[in-house]
Amino acid sequence: MSDAASTPEISQAERDELRRHGILLTSLQELYTWGCSHSVWPLNFGLACCAIEMIAASMAKFDIARFGSEVFRPSPRQADLLIVSGTVTKKMAPQVIRLWNQMPEPKYCIAMGACAISGGPFKQGYNVLKGIDRFIPVDIYIPGCPPRPEALLHGLVELQKKIKGFTIAGPLAPRHLRSDDPCEYPVPEFGAHDLEPPANPAVWQAPSIVRKE
Amino acid sequence: MTQHPYAFLALFALVAVAFPLILLSVAQLWFKFFQPAKPSVIKGDVYECGVASTGDSWIQFKAHYYLYAILFLIFDVEVLFLLPFAVAFSGLPTGALLAMLVFILLLAEGLVWAWHRGHLEWK
Repeated sequence: MSDAASTPEISQAERDELRRHGILLTSLQELYTWGCSHSVWPLNFGLACCAIEMIAASMAKFDIARFGSEVFRPSPRQADLLIVSGTVTKKMAPQVIRLWNQMPEPKYCIAMGACAISGGPFKQGYNVLKGIDRFIPVDIYIPGCPPRPEALLHGLVELQKKIKGFTIAGPLAPRHLRSDDPCEYPVPEFGAHDLEPPANPAVWQAPSIVRKE
Repeated sequence: MTQHPYAFLALFALVAVAFPLILLSVAQLWFKFFQPAKPSVIKGDVYECGVASTGDSWIQFKAHYYLYAILFLIFDVEVLFLLPFAVAFSGLPTGALLAMLVFILLLAEGLVWAWHRGHLEWK
């Protein structure tokens, strides 16, 4: 936590050498991100066929417990990770976003499968939300229809890498350590024709088409 | 120096109190220095399964169903005592038989009372 000018830099090789002799050097930031990344508790929440793969990932054959995420919590108040596993219908979207709002910080979101990313094969349907990232910030996207359990585990490992890259302060600080990030993401209403509003402009803007001359 | 045989219990009690206190105070320090508070109305909602909460958690439960619980208990206790009674039936003296009859009559009386009062009608 002290500034780099006053303390001599210790290289990774020197750290490894010290570690071999039983001396562990770390910083508060490393300790924090290490702890955060290895205890990501997912919400026990499945939406469609991706949820079956999520269940398989939590079972003995794929064993998500190897990565510290076996504790699927049935209450959002005890969960860190929202795995949006499947098709989010417009009827279901307000519930998903309310669950996200009820999760305490730090919280992360994985959009699992084509449907959660973009609506997938149902993108042209009238009743499917075209990507959960229209309403809540998504950390990791896992493509696939549905993704295999290995893909979910890969996504989890990528999320852990992302958490390990966080800093406690500054521009690289995660959402929950910044005071400018909102406490609550607006929950849309299930309207007569679409969700109202159809997207959260603070999180998602429609991609603009740039035509080359 | 001889140790008191229960000295380790005092040590256990000390650790049991100190350990959560240390964890809670570290969490409190972290909260104070690094993590901004993020309260929200939805986060504090009564209901936590995604559906919008209606009303307050301080509601009054309808207590009238306790009668069904009591009626269930009559049969439940009856089965509990009748089973060993039935197993040992052939070897029982007359006194035990009379005691069991009194017991069943008492329970039956409760059932008849509830029937008479109309509690068996599902309302």
